[in-house]
Amino acid sequence: MGKPTGFKEFTRELPAYRDPKQRLGDYKDLYVEFSDEKTQKQGARCMDCGVPFCHFGCPLGNIIPEFNDAVYQGDWKLAIDILSSTNNFPEFTGRICPAPCEASCVLGINQPPVAIEHIEKSIIEKAYELGYVKPFIPKERTGKKVAIIGSGPAGLAAAAQLNKAGHFVTVYERADQIGGLLRYGIPDFKLEKWVIDRRLEVMKSEGIEFKLNSNIGVNIDAKEMEAQFDALVLTGGSTVPRDLPITGRELKGVFPAMEFLSQQNKRVADIKVEVDHTGKPYQNGSLSAKGKNVLVIGGGDTGSDCVGTSNRHGAKSVTQIELLGKPPVGRDENNPWPLWPMILRTSSSHEEGVERQWSLLSKAFIGNEKGELTGLKVVEIEWKTVDGKPQFVEMPETEHIIPCELALLAMGFLFPDKTGIMDQLKIEQDERGNIKTTNYQTANAKVFSAGDMRRGQSLVVWAISEGREAARAVDIYLMGTSNLEAKDEGILAVH
Amino acid sequence: MSLKNKQRAFFAVKKGDCMNMNKKLENVGLYRSEFEKDACGIGFVANLKGVAAHSIVKDALQMLENMEHRGGCGCEENTGDGAGVLIKIPDGFYREEASKIGINLPEFGHYGTGIIFFPNNKRIVEICKEEIFKAAEKLNLNILGFRKVPVNNTGIGPTALAAEPHIEQIFVESNEPLADSKTLERKLFVFKNHATHTIYNTVEGTHDIFYFTSISCNIVVYKGQLTTYQLKTFYPDLQNEKLKSAIALIHSRFSTNTFPRWKLAQPFRFLAHNGEINTIKGNINWMNAREALLVSEVFTKAELEMLKPICDPGQSDSANLDNVVELLLHSGRSIPHVMMMLIPEAWQDNDQMEPHKKAFYEYHDCLMEPWDGPASICFTDGKIVGATLDRNGLRPSRYCLTSDDILVMSSEAGALVVDQSKVIQKGRLQPGKMFIADLEQGRIVSDEELKEKICSEFPYSEWLVKNKITFKDLPKPDIKYDRLEGKDLLAQQIAFGYTNEDIKIILEPMAEKGKEPLGSMGTDTPLAVLSDQSQHLSNYFKQLFAQVTNPPIDPIRERLVMSTFTNLGGASSILDTKPEHCIQIAIKQPILSDSDIAKLRYIKHPEFKEITIQALFPANGKLGALERGIDRICKEAEEAILNGNNIIIISDKGVNADFAPIPSLLAVGAIHHHLIKLHRRIDCSLVVESGDIREVHHFATLIGFGASAIHPYMAYQSIYGLKREKKYKYSDDELVEHYIEAASAGLLKVFSKMGISTYQSYHGAQIFEIVGLSEHVVEKCFNGTVSRMGGIGFDELAKEVLVRHQIAFPENTDIAPKLEVGGVYQWKRRGESHLFNPDSIHLLQYASKKNDYGIYKKFAQTINDQTAKAITVRSLFDFDFTNAQAIPLNEVEPVEQILKRFATGAMSFGSISHEAHSTLAIAMNRMGGKSNSGEGGEDEIRFEKKENGDWERSAIKQVASGRFGVTSYYLTNAEELQIKMAQGAKPGEGGQLPGDKVDSWIGRVRHSTPGVGLISPPPHHDIYSIEDLAQLIFDLKNANRAARINVKLVAEAGVGTVATGVAKAKADVILVSGYDGGTGASPLSSIKHAGLPWELGLAEAHQTLVKNKLRDRVVLQTDGQLRTGRDIAIATLLGAEEWGVATASLVVMGCIMMRKCHLNTCPVGVATQDPELRQRFTGDPQHVINYFTFIANDLREIMASLGFRTVNEMVGQADKLKRRDNITHWKYKHLDVSPIIHKEFAEPTTGLYNKISQNHNLEHILDWKMIEIAQQALKSKQKCTGSFDIINTDRAVGTMISNEISKIYKGTGLPNDTIHFNYKGSAGQSFGAFGAPGLTLELEGEANDYFGKGLSGARMIVYPPKEAKFNAEENIIIGNVALYGATSGQAFIRGMAGERFCVRNSGGTAVVEGVGDHGCEYMTGGIAVVLGNTGRNFAAGMSGGVAYVFDPKKEFPKNCNTEMVELEALMEEDFDIVFDLVSKQKEYTKSKLATELINNWEDLKCHFVKVMPSDYKKVLEERKIKGIVRVTS
Repeated sequence: MGKPTGFKEFTRELPAYRDPKQRLGDYKDLYVEFSDEKTQKQGARCMDCGVPFCHFGCPLGNIIPEFNDAVYQGDWKLAIDILSSTNNFPEFTGRICPAPCEASCVLGINQPPVAIEHIEKSIIEKAYELGYVKPFIPKERTGKKVAIIGSGPAGLAAAAQLNKAGHFVTVYERADQIGGLLRYGIPDFKLEKWVIDRRLEVMKSEGIEFKLNSNIGVNIDAKEMEAQFDALVLTGGSTVPRDLPITGRELKGVFPAMEFLSQQNKRVADIKVEVDHTGKPYQNGSLSAKGKNVLVIGGGDTGSDCVGTSNRHGAKSVTQIELLGKPPVGRDENNPWPLWPMILRTSSSHEEGVERQWSLLSKAFIGNEKGELTGLKVVEIEWKTVDGKPQFVEMPETEHIIPCELALLAMGFLFPDKTGIMDQLKIEQDERGNIKTTNYQTANAKVFSAGDMRRGQSLVVWAISEGREAARAVDIYLMGTSNLEAKDEGILAVH
Repeated sequence: MSLKNKQRAFFAVKKGDCMNMNKKLENVGLYRSEFEKDACGIGFVANLKGVAAHSIVKDALQMLENMEHRGGCGCEENTGDGAGVLIKIPDGFYREEASKIGINLPEFGHYGTGIIFFPNNKRIVEICKEEIFKAAEKLNLNILGFRKVPVNNTGIGPTALAAEPHIEQIFVESNEPLADSKTLERKLFVFKNHATHTIYNTVEGTHDIFYFTSISCNIVVYKGQLTTYQLKTFYPDLQNEKLKSAIALIHSRFSTNTFPRWKLAQPFRFLAHNGEINTIKGNINWMNAREALLVSEVFTKAELEMLKPICDPGQSDSANLDNVVELLLHSGRSIPHVMMMLIPEAWQDNDQMEPHKKAFYEYHDCLMEPWDGPASICFTDGKIVGATLDRNGLRPSRYCLTSDDILVMSSEAGALVVDQSKVIQKGRLQPGKMFIADLEQGRIVSDEELKEKICSEFPYSEWLVKNKITFKDLPKPDIKYDRLEGKDLLAQQIAFGYTNEDIKIILEPMAEKGKEPLGSMGTDTPLAVLSDQSQHLSNYFKQLFAQVTNPPIDPIRERLVMSTFTNLGGASSILDTKPEHCIQIAIKQPILSDSDIAKLRYIKHPEFKEITIQALFPANGKLGALERGIDRICKEAEEAILNGNNIIIISDKGVNADFAPIPSLLAVGAIHHHLIKLHRRIDCSLVVESGDIREVHHFATLIGFGASAIHPYMAYQSIYGLKREKKYKYSDDELVEHYIEAASAGLLKVFSKMGISTYQSYHGAQIFEIVGLSEHVVEKCFNGTVSRMGGIGFDELAKEVLVRHQIAFPENTDIAPKLEVGGVYQWKRRGESHLFNPDSIHLLQYASKKNDYGIYKKFAQTINDQTAKAITVRSLFDFDFTNAQAIPLNEVEPVEQILKRFATGAMSFGSISHEAHSTLAIAMNRMGGKSNSGEGGEDEIRFEKKENGDWERSAIKQVASGRFGVTSYYLTNAEELQIKMAQGAKPGEGGQLPGDKVDSWIGRVRHSTPGVGLISPPPHHDIYSIEDLAQLIFDLKNANRAARINVKLVAEAGVGTVATGVAKAKADVILVSGYDGGTGASPLSSIKHAGLPWELGLAEAHQTLVKNKLRDRVVLQTDGQLRTGRDIAIATLLGAEEWGVATASLVVMGCIMMRKCHLNTCPVGVATQDPELRQRFTGDPQHVINYFTFIANDLREIMASLGFRTVNEMVGQADKLKRRDNITHWKYKHLDVSPIIHKEFAEPTTGLYNKISQNHNLEHILDWKMIEIAQQALKSKQKCTGSFDIINTDRAVGTMISNEISKIYKGTGLPNDTIHFNYKGSAGQSFGAFGAPGLTLELEGEANDYFGKGLSGARMIVYPPKEAKFNAEENIIIGNVALYGATSGQAFIRGMAGERFCVRNSGGTAVVEGVGDHGCEYMTGGIAVVLGNTGRNFAAGMSGGVAYVFDPKKEFPKNCNTEMVELEALMEEDFDIVFDLVSKQKEYTKSKLATELINNWEDLKCHFVKVMPSDYKKVLEERKIKGIVRVTS
């Protein structure tokens, strides 16, 4: 299988980014073309391990060595068959997944890992190109009706799976477009929205219904829904952002990242910037970074997206700060392979221009008399481990002000929005404020949940995995058994 | 009712209980008496002219004593395993003795006599005698009386004494006048069988004791559980000068048991057997099946009934062989004829065999399958005496004839000292050949003459031509063959349990390359019965294999002895010889293609009638459905036979949504055993047509349970499917051909690992242990197969089938079913569980790198906690704290003490990198444990300590079959020498290191040529039996007396008795490895399906050793997927005081279980020789030490909680284990683990762990004298000489002195000829073994087997006694397997050598004047000059070195196996080499032949042929171009 010596012969190679000067002028995909032959060589690097850690590291359980080999052999049909058996939306994960599979790739112990994510994207794009992606229309319907509430990756995955099992599936979305965070959280330069639309077309022809602007528990009665459907799957995401309640938070110029990012996605999609991604009117009008000194608070992916978007707006300067310390360039001894590497990551947005600072504690927003933001007072801190737990202390005489006119809060999300459906159906929460379930099922047998809403904020790949597993749980609840694939249990298991 | 009858009734009632009780007592725990094995020394002395003399008996007994070392001795020095002698009836002596007690014997030939063993109880003797009288009456025989045989039991050990029978001699005559003595002999046979059967059936407690040692009018047998020295003192008769015989045939037994069994001593009534019948279970089954068909002109119907049953599974293999010999002989065949029938030569693929002889064998092949296994058999009927050897010549037999007509034959030359000036002929028995002396004609009859006569007795060829049908000549029916595609194909594949892995990993390589797939590392998936994945039924069967008591065979290099031929059709009576018997269809191999099965199905022939039985059952999930299906097909088979069908096709075609397949193995087994019970089994052949057959193991199990031919149709359909997908360059037919080729080769390998060479012998031989099937299933379908843990029943089996069935035929048809990924050969999320998975690998590496015990505990948790998913047998155990008194941890012996008990596994430099190998060695040396060199030798630079005190030397040096780099110096540098009998991942198999892996470093260390491939043969060619192992242990002990000798075994049913034998062979350490251990490369089917988990093997070994009171003589060690303190604790409680941890150590050094060792692509530099990849190695000795410290501490915690202060206290305390309480799993809740955790009863004096050291009997060996004489030479290299008389009991002469040389002068040794010793006489085995440089051994006389074994630089010279009259070059002078594994040195042999001369020679130079079969086998270096004839299969597997053969008659090419070598003319430089060596031969040995050659060099030199290995030649040429002249080290 594969090329046994491929990993010795070829090195890792990925498509190059477009020139920053060029790409900063648009919101289009970052990459230049890459030939199939080159991708096949990347497939040949896979070592077909006796213990494929990638397959373990992937939250979806993608059967990576098998599709790598199929790609190496040039068998794109086989590749998509294998890939789509575990992943409904490789076109999303192939673009925006941080690729835990690559972090756990065995080759990665001492060499650059196999370019799994790129291969994944190539497979699905090739599959669309060659017409291998076809709607799956069940010949027989079970007659059962399932409502999916929330159309992010978890909801879409659950919808696709449940439809596959023969149930009537309706997806409800409170925003004006389907996709959740994919649609309004991730900038177009990382995920062009036609990619979502293309998939939605497939799903629609499979028979899945989509209802927009439908906020269950707000403009649609949740109880009625409960009565009307055989099962509900709550996949509303983790939408309450972490705030920064310090002096000056109320100043004009301090906004949550989502408010800023979703507006840009609307502009690219040619939709008026009126209603936000939760269906509510934007409170602060149209936001722009143009000509401003932008400060992004939070060193994660959302922060990075703010950086990229601000630069495209034409910001005067962009600074990104992070409370935690600067991660090492390579793995720390306490963070060995195959664990997720806590290392310094530099995204394409970072490359486009940003000043990054770490170990900074925000003390207060500073404003002018107009109530406009002029800067953020920060202090340098030092991290220490006390009783096995990290703690920080402020460094004396390091307080200073970072001047800025726009501050974007990208510090993650806390838990789902508890008003509306959760409230109406009295859904139980866990200690972190997420929906409490047993095997994706809430205490209300009819109601299931998946994705960030259940798990707390996480990766798209986890959302898809949750959606799939939840769908199986729903199917078993409705039918007694399920032919849908499970991640960790083979069909040959006997009980 | 008379008193006697009352007693009888009492016994009859009691008997049942008593039998059960006996059985229970004996077979408690894991031990089964059926596992017992034996091997021996045999021989005879005879007067060729038939002149009887007491001296013949006396000499024979003397010879017996001189083979004492071939016999065994148990825990007591004075209890032997058995010895005996068979002589012609000493009529004069008996007449006189009989008259003393008032018996008047009729004329010689008109009375029969024999010695009977009775239970030592007067009352029972009386009852037995009563039965004897009754039997005599029935046959109109008159019992003349009984004579109490005088015995003297002083000096007999208590164990033997405890079971000493009451011994009497019976005299019988016929009441009616009989035609001839043959008729009387026949009557006596019926009388003996009938009397014995009735007594066994009616008299309690007789089965193990009561026994006719013989009853005949020609011969008589004296034997008992005695040592060779005790025989003649025990039976004063034998010392009486009046006791005269022209023949005395002797036997000394070396058995693996020490329980008293007088009746198992040999000789039997007609033969003495040295060897083992591997196929005994099948042979007995087939004999039972044949019994219904017995028809004879010489026996009446009633007599035939009285004879049955012929075989007795409770007896030894040899005894059963004797039973059948008896039957065939008395039914009218001559004894050589019978031997040819039972132990045929390898005839099938022998093009050189005469047609009429081939016809004889082919005809008899229709009557009887070979009784297969290594065997040297001496036999006599009182008129002729002879001996025969198995087809592969796996036992030694040497003979000599003197001018005064004395013929001496024995396992060893020189066992009886004869006046050399009288010797006129010396020879050895050859493979498949018979040696006969006809005492009536007064001459030796040659094999050719004898067989010529026997083979032309009937027109066998004509009969065959007329009656036998060759399969390929059957007409091909004109029908359309199915092709399944798409969904249909998929549904069937799923229903039959296919996964993607099966297709990709198993079928693809077989179909594409014609090869069985290879894998590496061990197996860490659950046993079938523990797995929650639906299993193939074959997975519950573990293949058995040969170790120690018999050798596995090399099915590739020794292909000529292997055969896959078989016959289809019904069989007939074996007692007569008729042309109809060969009305059968001959097939070349058992795997049928689509068109083949059609030929059978549509057969149109008056003699053959086919019927197909559908092996399906309703897929409704109802309880009992499967068993009802089984009952139905059995009934149908029965009816089919009544209707005259003789070919039954059992087919599972037609699986659909309503019907599921009965597993083919279950169907075949059920029908096979049903028909055996009805005595109708041989009326038909069973052919299997099934979709569930794809891998070699599936074929093997089916054949093992009675299938004659197999059609794996889904494998073909899947291959056709692959072809559609993959666009192979081959046609469908070609792909199927490849597949059949691969499966066929795989089957030969499975047969050969058990030491079986023919399909027919394997057929029905049931050579498996079942793990996890219920008694009911086993009884019904696999009766007689070892199964010791019970398990699931028919309904559970049905459940496993139905899971697949439901997926294949789902109710919701929308979601197309897919093949599962598998996950058996690689870890997969949705597949089978593995002990080493991403979690456990990561935690282990992390813990040992960080030296964090907490993380180790997490790791241990992932391994130990198998409550949700059981993987190992030990997961079913819990510690039992009921009577445990916990103690504080600090009272437990310290970590340092425990660390000494650890070893790493044997991994060769070659399978793993130098970096990995030396890191392990350093770690072990630092912590006081032992690393193991593996079988690839070891670089001498590692013998010296490093400046920082680290030592890369492996404390354990392995001695494996390849003997790579095994020199005197290598052996000297060890604390322990390990003889690898088997390896868990491929027991019974050899190995191969491809040429591209042999780089210059490995080549140097292994004493071979870089770039040339190396083969490790399946057997050690110096261990074909237990007494051979004893010899190698003795050799190694001589080579390094400070080292412990360790014998590595692999767990299988019967390993306990093997271990007992090994303990008796004087091993210091016995390692019982689990089947799941690692490998650098091994066929997947072997990794998965051969051998047992160590829990079973270790427990059996410990229990059996305790039972035999031998446990305290040896250290018991175990390994196989051991990883945590819990694992070690369980191993200790089951009996191991030392443990090996290999795979986990590799993981600590960076191994991530790539399972790509065999591809040389290990990406972390552990198991690769690629210099680039080796640089990626990051292992550190400290990490390894950290890990072992964790395990030791973990173990100490468990010890404290159980209250053990030391490991020794803990060994074997199996009552501290119990079955886990919470086992509710539907499948393994039925398992009974009590036999494993059974604590063997031991008396207070019986040691449970190693307490005493073995007595290796080194005190009186010749080498001590030699060392004394050589003091100056050893001290200051002064030349010295010496002369010694030598006899066959002087074994391994020169080995110890070589050890002394190596200690002082290292690998270089002394200058040539510094020490020159002369010997006169017959040298014992292993003369000059591991002889070091500077030593010259000059022998006048002869030598036995293993001459110059492991020669390491010494010079050896041997020539016949100066006074001998025979032509040296025509007579045998040294035994088999000379210069095995020689690495350097020279040997000049004036005379012929036996089989396997220069086997695995890698650097020795030898001149010899003729060799037997398999000369220069596996040779990789050195030079062999053969000045005379060679046997067959010369140069098989020879990859290096050169042989020059003098072949004036141009006969050599047909004897040479040219698969790896080319024959070419000599070049000038060759002539120089040969001339030089022949000149030396002349100088040293005064050889007539050499002198003649030198004198006529120019005329004769053209007759030399050069044998040149092709690869070697290529490498040499390449090197020449590169300017490298010397290639061998």
